[in-house]
Amino acid sequence: MNIPTLSELTARGETPEILFWVGCAGSYDDRYKRVTRAFAKILIAAEIKFAVLGPEESCTGDPARRAGNEFLFQMQAMNNIQILNGYGVKKIVTACPHCFNTLKNEYPELGGHYEVIHHSEFLQQLINEGRIKLTDTTAYKGKKITYHDSCYLGRANGVYEAPRAVIEALDADLAEMKRSKTRGLCCGAGGAQMFKDAEKGNKEINIERTEEALNTGAQTIAVACPFCMTMMTDGVKAKEKEQQIKVKDLAELIAEAQGLA
Amino acid sequence: MIQQILFLLTLLGFAIILRKRIVQISRTIRLGRDVKIDGPTSRRFRNMLLVAFGQKKMFSRFIPAFFHFLIYIGFLVINIEALEFIIDGLAGTHRIFAPYLGGFYTVLMNVFEFLAVAVLVACVVFLIRRNVLKLPRFWSAEMTAWPRLDANIILITEIVLMLAILKMNAADQILQHREPQHYPSTGKLMFSSILIPVLEGYSTSFLIFVERFAWWFHIIGILAFAVYITYSKHLHIFMAFPNTWFARLQPAGYISNMPVVTREVKSMLGLPIEEPGTNEPPGRFGAKDVNDLPWTSLMAAYACTECGRCTSECPANITGKKLSPRKIMMDTRDRLEEVGRNLQNGGNGLDDGKSLLDHYITREEINACTSCNACVEACPVLINPLEIILELRRYVVMEESGAPASWNAMFQNLETNFAPWKFSAADRFNWAKD
Repeated sequence: MNIPTLSELTARGETPEILFWVGCAGSYDDRYKRVTRAFAKILIAAEIKFAVLGPEESCTGDPARRAGNEFLFQMQAMNNIQILNGYGVKKIVTACPHCFNTLKNEYPELGGHYEVIHHSEFLQQLINEGRIKLTDTTAYKGKKITYHDSCYLGRANGVYEAPRAVIEALDADLAEMKRSKTRGLCCGAGGAQMFKDAEKGNKEINIERTEEALNTGAQTIAVACPFCMTMMTDGVKAKEKEQQIKVKDLAELIAEAQGLA
Repeated sequence: MIQQILFLLTLLGFAIILRKRIVQISRTIRLGRDVKIDGPTSRRFRNMLLVAFGQKKMFSRFIPAFFHFLIYIGFLVINIEALEFIIDGLAGTHRIFAPYLGGFYTVLMNVFEFLAVAVLVACVVFLIRRNVLKLPRFWSAEMTAWPRLDANIILITEIVLMLAILKMNAADQILQHREPQHYPSTGKLMFSSILIPVLEGYSTSFLIFVERFAWWFHIIGILAFAVYITYSKHLHIFMAFPNTWFARLQPAGYISNMPVVTREVKSMLGLPIEEPGTNEPPGRFGAKDVNDLPWTSLMAAYACTECGRCTSECPANITGKKLSPRKIMMDTRDRLEEVGRNLQNGGNGLDDGKSLLDHYITREEINACTSCNACVEACPVLINPLEIILELRRYVVMEESGAPASWNAMFQNLETNFAPWKFSAADRFNWAKD
């Protein structure tokens, strides 16, 4: 794919409409790289003038801060802010709710002031504006999709409706889990849990959540976060349901319905 | 006259005890770290009005919210009657408002009685929920003997106080017929009049004794309960108000910044530092004990009524991990009260060889948190257990380098590869190539 970096655009004297913040999972995790590409394809199809930081991007520091390492968080944050401010970035879109939360809520105090949008909100906006044309809605029309709320999108930032609006645009049958929206159950990966084993207990959190998702009878579990993606995919595998049940990011669902996949 | 003097002395006695407790509690809260309270006052006012006064968050679970609302309204309204009690007690009068208010007094008394019965019913329902139905959230690990007893004492005391009001009113109504010159008419009181047949057979002097006894019992009961509350989870009836007022206004996902670290990082990176640090020696990074926590977290510990909604929504707790957000708040308060007692007895206060971390809250507990904010969302009075957990984590990581090994590996990856995984920074853009 031909994805412009901010340094290339700047060198040509151009300014993008948005900066697509890819995030570490979006850059390195094999499963989430597919989401990154799907979202990039949507942006290209919608003729959005965007750029990425590419090799200049680095972790926002979210897992360090949540694990308690404030030094490391602020080192990461300060470096990122210097780069972002250096390019005069105004508007950032990201597919990762953890990056979203950190960039939006925690960078301003350290000197980084940007308009930060999660990809679910951006997709909703593009659909509403007619910039995304869903040519092939047959794939999900009337099919049951359940949406798993990401904590860092939902409770942390109050984004509950945008992801659901995106799913509804597919003419799909949105089946809510028992615990959803403000009471949605975490996948188990937040607060830097992604990077360590769970403490001793009698069940893995992602299994508890996957069971709830399976109980809806949905064939597709929609997620909007790379960590949720990993946890729910693992949960479905542990339940040996990976043949029947697919875990997909919102961007993948839209890309499919646009015939871009 | 003797009664008036006795009443005045009783009132003064309780006032002195109560004042001592309030001083003690505020002293322990002020052990906490200073914290910037910003954001518009209108939003704070709104939070207090909707959440504390209006009980908004309670209603995410309708049944307990409904019965709790009855007790809450009962508490607010019946305490108006306490005003008459106090005036009567000091002035030696009997039902001083009755002749002035006339028919309206009857209406008021009937409203009070209706609420007294409603409170009674609600307390019985709550006792059943706790002790017969044994709702899991009232029986989880941290609900040891004392917290369970505390809850039952509160409910039973409220039942007994309400019964005293009804009994007093019943005796009073009989006396109104027998000695109208001493007992101004209250009109017919719907609920207590049901008790009249039970008492009617007794002599006037016995009924005077019953009425007086119930009166004294009720007023001393209220005063004693007020003192008890300061030792109990029931303190939420007052602390819920300041707690909702001071609750953080930022999005729940925000974690508070550490300006000390900002200054250090800026000087390391050679960036200009806008706010130079004071000459004060920096305190601890994060929190090991209660004095390292923001005072708002300490106040929150006194606002917790151990309802356990937080714990019942916590993904770690649901799946059998040791973490319970309610326990975090209970431990914080227990430690605070311990330090308070130490200080009061002229002891070492905080330096008693104990600390909140390890002696109360274990590392296993704080390590289990997913920072999902379910506990924060669930709390009916806007308590934030997550803030305490994060401060404790900060201490473990920054003062002790004691994070779990896999977190240390993640930190190392961040330092060397600028990603939490062991991938080369140069490969970051490879996703576009495949």
